[in-house]
Amino acid sequence: MNSLIMIVIGAAFMNNVVLSQFLGICSFLGVSNKIKTSASLGGAVIFVITIASAVAYILYTFILAPLGLDYLQTIVFILVIAALVQIVEMFLKKTSPALYTALGIYLPLITTNCAVLGVALNNVTDGYNFIESVVSGFGTALGYTIAIVLLAGIREQIADNDIPEPVKGAPLVLFCAALMGIAFFGFSSLG
Amino acid sequence: MNKNNVAIERIINGIATENPIFIMMLGMCPTLAVTTSVTNGIGMGLSTTAVLVVSNLVISLVRKLIPDDVRLPAYIVIVASFVTVTQLIMQAYFVALNDSLGVYIPLIVVNCIILGRAEAYASKNPPLASTFDGIGMGIGFTWGLFLLSAFRELFGAGTFAGIQVMPSIYKPIDILVKAPGAFLVLGFIVMAMNAMHIKTRANDVAEGCDNCPGCGAPGADPDCEGKEGKKA
Repeated sequence: MNSLIMIVIGAAFMNNVVLSQFLGICSFLGVSNKIKTSASLGGAVIFVITIASAVAYILYTFILAPLGLDYLQTIVFILVIAALVQIVEMFLKKTSPALYTALGIYLPLITTNCAVLGVALNNVTDGYNFIESVVSGFGTALGYTIAIVLLAGIREQIADNDIPEPVKGAPLVLFCAALMGIAFFGFSSLG
Repeated sequence: MNKNNVAIERIINGIATENPIFIMMLGMCPTLAVTTSVTNGIGMGLSTTAVLVVSNLVISLVRKLIPDDVRLPAYIVIVASFVTVTQLIMQAYFVALNDSLGVYIPLIVVNCIILGRAEAYASKNPPLASTFDGIGMGIGFTWGLFLLSAFRELFGAGTFAGIQVMPSIYKPIDILVKAPGAFLVLGFIVMAMNAMHIKTRANDVAEGCDNCPGCGAPGADPDCEGKEGKKA
């Protein structure tokens, strides 16, 4: 149990997927101007990454590895993720329209979020078992959500400030992300 | 326009006019992650270039055979196959580089530049022009990675491609080769470009198109009018 908690803390804080591994940067920079939208995206990402880690683990352990096809993992994983996102979307639409509306357009976008593929590949490299894979997927996605919601919070606060012309836009977001990264270094002593 | 002109125009387009890193702000994940040293930056740039050129060529060759509805999954499979080939080659011949690039090699699959070029150029243009488009974009990407990584390694570690170049009296700015340094250096470069009034797409990314991850990639919301559309 302790080791599972460590995996979550490690994935969410010490080794934050966005701030120290640079996965999912596109949406991190692009969809972080409002707390509400970034929180919905974070929710969708947690949902998809957790399921994708489980499915990728099962496929890898019971199909790819026994057949000696592990070099096909990249192709298989990306297709599984794309299909999974579609299935999750259809399933939610039928069973839980409220959640479907809340996650809305963010679901289909997750296919191209490299954090999803990154987690699936990292789980294989780290040799996690089924439970550990799912927990590490959840922790990584949690870290993503924390980072993007925090950045959105900062951006909402400074939106109306008087900012020098050349810094406006992307440079400002990048500087905020850099400062957040430095702050997250503080967590590295947790291990 | 004759064939030579198209080739030259495509290459200049990739290096300058539509530079994937500084102008388009695409492929940010590897850009920020692997630019801790010049060797890694160039290695990543060349691997991506290889995948980009071959997948552009193949996608351009089969562009009329693939039905419109399933084109994106088809492109992903083509790209993923070449990424796997690249990964196997690197595991065999460039072991050290492969180890230091790690998971970012298979992640070339989800690099927005590759699917972006497939969708924006290779799916609409003949094979030769598409190949040169891939070469131009690849050189542009490698050049951008080189610039970022040279800056970070030189000032963050005092070395260039692993060789000590700064005098020993120079105290390296450690943070530049650590994770936050990537955001910092890219931020300064884009800021300098803004100050010199070089038009970048960077600001559109930051303004955000609520519906769009900023990639023009598969799964992007079909109702999204694109960044220009939204802005207008």
